[in-house]
Parts: sequence; structure tokens; C-alpha cells
Amino acid sequence: MPSHDILHMELNFPSDHIALSTKNLEVIYADGARAVKGISLSIPKKATTAIIGPSGCGKSTALRAFNRMNELIPGTVTKGEVLFHSRNIYAPSIDPVTVRTNIGMVFQKPNPFPKSIYENIAWAARIHGHKGNCDELVESCLRKAALWDEVKDKLRRSAMSLSGGQQQRLCIARTLALTPEVILMDEPTSALDPLSTASIEELTSELKKDYTIIIVTHNLQQAGRISDMTAFMLLGDLIEYAPTKKLFVNPEDERTERYITGRFG
Amino acid sequence: MNDRRYFRILSGAALVILLLFAAILLTLVVDSLPTMQAYGLSFLTGRQWNPVTQEFGALPFLVGTLLTSFVALLLSLPLSLSVGIVMGEYLRSPFLSKAMSVFINLLASIPSVVYGLWGMTTVVPLVQKLEIAAGFPPYGVGILSAALVLAIMIIPYMASLTSEVMKRVPDSIKDGALALGATRQEMVTGISLPYIRSGIAAGVLLSLGRALGETMAVTMLIGNATRMPNSIFSLGNTLASVVASQFNEAESDLHRSAMMALALILFLVSFLTNLIGRKIVGKSEAANV
Ligand SMILES: Nc1ncnc2c1ncn2[C@@H]1O[C@H](COP(=O)(O)OP(=O)(O)O)[C@@H](O)[C@H]1O
Ligand SMILES: [Mg+2]
Repeated sequence: MPSHDILHMELNFPSDHIALSTKNLEVIYADGARAVKGISLSIPKKATTAIIGPSGCGKSTALRAFNRMNELIPGTVTKGEVLFHSRNIYAPSIDPVTVRTNIGMVFQKPNPFPKSIYENIAWAARIHGHKGNCDELVESCLRKAALWDEVKDKLRRSAMSLSGGQQQRLCIARTLALTPEVILMDEPTSALDPLSTASIEELTSELKKDYTIIIVTHNLQQAGRISDMTAFMLLGDLIEYAPTKKLFVNPEDERTERYITGRFG
Repeated sequence: MNDRRYFRILSGAALVILLLFAAILLTLVVDSLPTMQAYGLSFLTGRQWNPVTQEFGALPFLVGTLLTSFVALLLSLPLSLSVGIVMGEYLRSPFLSKAMSVFINLLASIPSVVYGLWGMTTVVPLVQKLEIAAGFPPYGVGILSAALVLAIMIIPYMASLTSEVMKRVPDSIKDGALALGATRQEMVTGISLPYIRSGIAAGVLLSLGRALGETMAVTMLIGNATRMPNSIFSLGNTLASVVASQFNEAESDLHRSAMMALALILFLVSFLTNLIGRKIVGKSEAANV
């Protein structure tokens, strides 16, 4: 039995503390590449879980499997299960639109819509049936994303006029408009300067009080600073999954140790 | 041959194009001078066009041109936008997408006399039935028939331009929309279409340029009446169709000159719509990098 399965069982979260879990999750791209090779793990609720590993090891692919974004790439096949509220989100009866409404996503490169700041959030709300005035919702989402004070006087300005860090917080804010349970973040700070990075990191610590956060990062310090759990991936495999402190101080697997001490490859 | 000489020959060819353009414009201006002298700007507002009494006013044809083109655009827009969206967003298989665009281009390559013939045998009888049902004189030919066939003729332009700009909507914002739990339809209407609106505006202008100047099919279908149209069932004429249908029979110099003036108007209007359309396309290309 691979080591991560043992670890998984050792962690043994009570099931009502689990936000999301995978069973032998496997993702194969159209060209036959197995980017994720059967990983099983349980993500705790209202905590931050980091996925680390060298570039190309399948972190983004795994993350995108958690809200069915991979199927937008033609020819991609997903096997195994992702359990959310004890239902497999890949079951034929489940609508990917519902999945993505409950499991939001923030991308590596900030991707606000070329609309006003206000409309970026209001549009997200309206497609999910929010009727009428969105002022309160827009304000509360912007407050939660720690952006309100900076933009409250220019809500009608184009989102494209914001700085990169502000754009990324706007993308978080618009995700919050759906009141998701889980927020997936794929290297959300890799395109940002150190100050913006710090503000996003601070924000994740705030958000995890209400949301489950899964964050992909290639920045080990970042994973160490903000995550409660860390998963280490290598070549599509989950090598080790443990509480962040344990994984960084006392890793079980030799490959994990080599990676976190920078002696990899 | 050295580079310098080669370059000179090529620039010579480019110059020929410019000269041709100038020559056409010059002919139109010079030959329409008698009309301008006779009528001045009131040529544009004159409602009578009567070679027998030597009265020439362009208004019926201006109205006829705008009416047919406008109705054609209105009829064509929903269909060509849909085709453009399907081609630009939904057809994921490169084969289907290619097949569809070949087919669309084929539609654009049909000679307009063929469209005209098809219109006479197929569209005219249908319009006739409609006219009987609506209580209009059942001419069959007229503004509506011309507009219907024009609508079909401009689909390729509008559709291929729409699909081109649709393909240029960045994946990042489309993914952003879908990750928010938007359906594909919500993404298209809420994000993609607003993103490409200037491209669509350009497509409308370029199609309009095409519709304004289309001659053969319209001449065959519009009924060639020189009076002012008063409904879409009226017989009428466009600037292009009146020139095409009367030029060979023009008996007086003033009649011929008046048609030159119509041609000049058409030239300028088509030139302007195309210019503006291209400007918008260029702008949206620059803005979307
Ligand atoms: N659309 C795709 N088609 C084919 N292969 C892909 C695609 N996207 C990623 N891959 C491959 O899958 C592997 C994992 O990629 P990814 O999940 O992006 O890694 P990471 O996020 O860890 O850098 C890489 O080898 C990459 O080349
Ligand atoms: Mg990645």
C-alpha cells in the first residue's frame, strides 16, 4: 500500500469535518498524458490545505478536478471519485454548473471581466438568481475580500483599471458572491508583487474562518505560512499528505524531505 | 533584377491602384457636375424622378436603399449572429468548424445573379402569398423580396466576422465565467458578446456596405419603380438598381448626369461605411491583444 494511503488513514478526520475527499482520482489529457495518477485524500473543513510540488507535477490538474474544470479541455478523462457532501461530483446526475457554484475557483493570473468593479460581482450574483439591487451584496463581498476601502468610491470604474493584487482580490470577491463552501486557488499570488502577495495571504487566513480553502503554490514559505494541511505531489502522484507543521519538520517520505530542503532534482 | 528596381516596380503597381481610385472618383464628380449645378443639394431631397419631364430627385432611391439594407440587416442579424456564435464558441471539432466555414464561404461566392434568379423563383412567390394575406397588391417583387435575398447574401460576412471575434475572447475570462457556475449560454451572453461588441458593430457596418452596393440581385427583385416607397411591400429602387436598370436607356445628358450623381452618392456612402467598419475592426483588434 502506498504511503499516502496509510497517512490518510492515520489522519482520520471525523467525517463531518471533511469538506471534500477524493478516491483514486485520476486525470488523463487528450494526448494520453496521465497528469494525476490516482490520488486519495480528505480535505478538512474551514482550513487551508496547500498543494505543493515541482512545476508540471499535476497540482493545477488535480485542483481543477475538484470543480470539474478539466472537462472544459476537450478530450480530458477523469476517473475515480471526488466526494462532496458524500456525493461523487462526477456522478452522471450531477450538473457541473452546480458543482462550480459550490466550489469556487481563483486563477493564477487575475481574470476580472472587462466590466465595472460592481458588475464583476453583480453578474456573478445575478446568474445565480439574485434579483434587483446588488449594492449590499457587492459591499459585503468586497469587504470580505478586503477590497472595499480601496474601491468604494470607484465601483463603476473598469475592473481592468485596478492593480494586479486588487484584481485578484476582486476575483476572490466575485467568487464569494456565490457563497461557496470551498474556494480553490491556483497559485493566486504567482503573478503579484510581494505586498499584494502578503495581502492575499492575510486574506486567506481570514477567509478560512468561513470557507474551506485549497491552494496550489510553488512557494514553500507560502505553504508554510498559511496552510494547515499540505499535500506534496510528484509526477502526478500524491507522495505525502500531512499537517503542514509535520510535513515541513518531520516528513515521512524521503522525496518530500528532499523537496522541502531544496535538494530536489 | 536588383532590389531597388524591384521595389520601384512594386510601388508603381501600388500607384496604379491609387490612380484608378482617383480616376473613378474624378469621372463620377465631373459627370455629375451638371446635376449639381441644376439642383444643388435639393437633388438629395427631390421626390420626383421623371426622365420625360426631366425632373431628377434622388430621395426615393435613398429611401429605397436605406430601407432594403436596413430590413435586410434586421432579418439577417439574428441568424448570422447565431451562426457566428456556433462557429466561434460551440464547434469544438476542428473538422466541423472548418467544414462550416468552407460552407459559409461558398455562400459568399455564389454570383449575385444566381441569388437574383433564386429569389425570383422562390422568394417572390412566397412574398406574393404574404401580400395577399396582408391585403397588399400582390406584386411579389419589391422592397421586401429584395431585402430577404439581401439578408441571405450578407449572412456570410456577418457570420464569419462574428465567429472570428468570438474565437478571440480570451480563455481566461471564459474560464472565469464558467468557474462561477455560469452556463455556457450565460457566459456567451454575459461575457463573450459584450467583449466582442465592437467587432459585431464592425460586422454590421461591413455588411451594410455590402448591402448598400449590391446591384444585380436587388435590380432583379425590387420592382424598379421610381416612386417613393411607402411600405416594405412597395415596388422601389435602390441607388444601385436604378443606375443599373436605366443607364443604358438614358436619353438626355441630364438623365445620364443624374445617374452619375447617384453613383457618386453610393460610392461615398459605401466608402465611408467600409472605412468606419475597418477602423472599428482595427481598433478592437488593437484593444484585445
Ligand atoms: N491541456 C493539457 N493537455 C495536455 N497535457 C497537459 C495539459 N495541461 C497540463 N498538461 C500536462 O499535465 C501535467 C501536469 O500539469 P499541471 O497540472 O499544469 O502541473 P502543475 O500545475 O503542477 O505545474 C504536465 O506534464 C503538463 O504538461
Ligand atoms: Mg499549475
